[in-house]
Amino acid sequence: MSTRQNKKGMNRRAFLQGAAVGLAGLALPLDNAHASFWDAFFQKHFREMNDAEIKKVISRLENECEEKYKKTVSIGIEKPITGVQFGYGLDLSRCIGCRRCVYACVDENNQSLNPQIHWISVLRFKKGDKWVDLENSEKYYNPEKVPEKDYFYMPVQCQQCENPPCVRACPTQATWKEPDGIVVIDYNWCIGCRYCMAACPYGARRFNWASPNRPAEKINSRTHYLGNRPRYKGVVEKCTFCIQRSRNGRYPACVEACPVGARKFGNLLDPDSEIRYAIEHKRVFRLKEDLNTYPKFYYFFAYGR
Amino acid sequence: MTIIRNFLVAWKLSLKGDKKFYAWLGFLAVLMAIGANAYMDQMNRGLIVTAMRDQVSWGFYISNFTFLVGVAAAAVLLVVPAYLYNFKPIKEIVLFGELLAITAITMCIMFIMADLGQPLRVWHLMPFIGTMNFPSSLLAWDVIVLNGYLVINTAIAFYVLYQVSIGKEYKMSVIGPLIILSIPWAVSIHTVTAFLYNGLSARPFWNASILAPRFLASAFCSGPALMIIIFQLIRKLSEVEIDDRALFKIAELIAYAMAINLFLLGAEIFKEFYSGSIHSEPIKYLYFGIHGKARLVPWIWTATILNIIAFFIFLFPKSRQNFTTLNIACFFMIIGIYIEKGMGLVIPGFIPDPLGEIYEYSPSSTEVLVTIGIWATGALIYTMLLKFSLPIYTGKLSFQKKGVA
Repeated sequence: MSTRQNKKGMNRRAFLQGAAVGLAGLALPLDNAHASFWDAFFQKHFREMNDAEIKKVISRLENECEEKYKKTVSIGIEKPITGVQFGYGLDLSRCIGCRRCVYACVDENNQSLNPQIHWISVLRFKKGDKWVDLENSEKYYNPEKVPEKDYFYMPVQCQQCENPPCVRACPTQATWKEPDGIVVIDYNWCIGCRYCMAACPYGARRFNWASPNRPAEKINSRTHYLGNRPRYKGVVEKCTFCIQRSRNGRYPACVEACPVGARKFGNLLDPDSEIRYAIEHKRVFRLKEDLNTYPKFYYFFAYGR
Repeated sequence: MTIIRNFLVAWKLSLKGDKKFYAWLGFLAVLMAIGANAYMDQMNRGLIVTAMRDQVSWGFYISNFTFLVGVAAAAVLLVVPAYLYNFKPIKEIVLFGELLAITAITMCIMFIMADLGQPLRVWHLMPFIGTMNFPSSLLAWDVIVLNGYLVINTAIAFYVLYQVSIGKEYKMSVIGPLIILSIPWAVSIHTVTAFLYNGLSARPFWNASILAPRFLASAFCSGPALMIIIFQLIRKLSEVEIDDRALFKIAELIAYAMAINLFLLGAEIFKEFYSGSIHSEPIKYLYFGIHGKARLVPWIWTATILNIIAFFIFLFPKSRQNFTTLNIACFFMIIGIYIEKGMGLVIPGFIPDPLGEIYEYSPSSTEVLVTIGIWATGALIYTMLLKFSLPIYTGKLSFQKKGVA
């Protein structure tokens, strides 16, 4: 974080505090009950805060969670590790369309149950029909048992593009690509304009159309600021390769949940990683390659059946 | 200080009117209250009260926004003949066009605010105090050009009014550069708004180079058509004299703009349907429906037919110089472009969604009520701007000698 940025941030804060005093004069009270409201209102962009400011914000956010869910939620800020670029592999020949990844993701990442939010969409295609353009996909398939004889399945989630159209579109820089390749969102900076959703070619972004709803006992209390911490009404969210796990050396929840081992994950810069093995030994492709978004999410077929 | 005093005098005068005037204000106030009530509900419960969802993430608000950018841009169609060619009949009414642009931009900003999930955080996208993503994000460009256009038009309109109020001709040396600037700027607000959609490779329906030219062509139809109606109302309700020639000149310009718009539409239809790639699905959805889903079909055909009928009325001098047919054509064109450049442009961009899903959208009651509230607010703003400027413009109120005349 450069000093220039900090200085700019300070100036903005000073300006806005001035504006706040002005507003207060117009009748908005500034007593203790409102202090937290104003702290939230003036909260700076995550990347423009210094460590002390981040600490203060985290403790305020943790208190808010404590109050809301009556349990301790820790909000981490684990930084990217140098020399790491996360990549993901999905073996289409193994996927059986069971959606265990979807629900593992929901539980790990504190997605809203009502309205229902899923970061992973599993698409079903009929064998032999056209499918790569996704036009004939079926998202709401609901058979007694999977896999079905005449169909195959393709899960889609945020592709963590190297050249992400959503980041370019965001008018406030509330979403950006981290040095380890994960595209993240500052839920306290997003204004909810949804331009990123129009820009995403993979339908990966989700909006909180209402206040997210999740019972306290189902809240995963190990969270990351840029990942699975509880979100707000009116902001966008999406898959972060389970940033709270992956930056601590763990697999994303969907990788762990997959019963057939279709999901691979690892460091693209490590020649011995699983993902590098898949890229080097299988025929991999990426979704909508014609758009030059360069996803770090590779599909492949380990074997044919 | 006198300027502030004079302003207050004019403002006080603008609040006085006959019963009809107060009835009109009361009517607008009721609609605004209904809209505000619906908006408060949306604030409390979130945008879930709209019909928008992840698949169709923009809807009626953004449709109205897009249409109104066109209305605002159309003021330039008066500015060019008025100031550059000194065409007198239009020069006399260009002010009302500029006031309409001010109103339309204000409404645009309100529609954007209504669409935001976190409206209180809007300062995040302001230059200097926020972290505006400029020049990367086209939305950041739009914030700049729209607000700039608002400032330019406000400056021109109020400078001209001020000069008139003290009985002086306005000096082209002072206002000329601003007027010259306003011309490309008007083009820019619509171009940038078109690019906002156009630049998204994820959405083949918008990702066509014809989008910006079509935006401009249709803007020069709907905006001026709206002006022709409004100018007749002004003429009827006030002492301002508006030359028929001004209205007919505008009607003629509409005919040219519509000819271009229809040609561009034809070019687009040809390319999409003849090549017939998977990227034509949205336009197929719009005009014929796909997989049995066809909610926009009756709307777009209504728009197409209205636009074509209106075009022929505008095309022939005889029919465009007859006020009955002229007004019919204006209404047809406003409705036609409102559909085509509103829902007809925004919604098919999302259908099918990037994963092939079809979610059919039509606005919820909340969206309709908020929209009515914003249109009523726009009508109020325009009414008050006119009420404020008309006495000055007609010379009824003048500060020429010793303050109030």
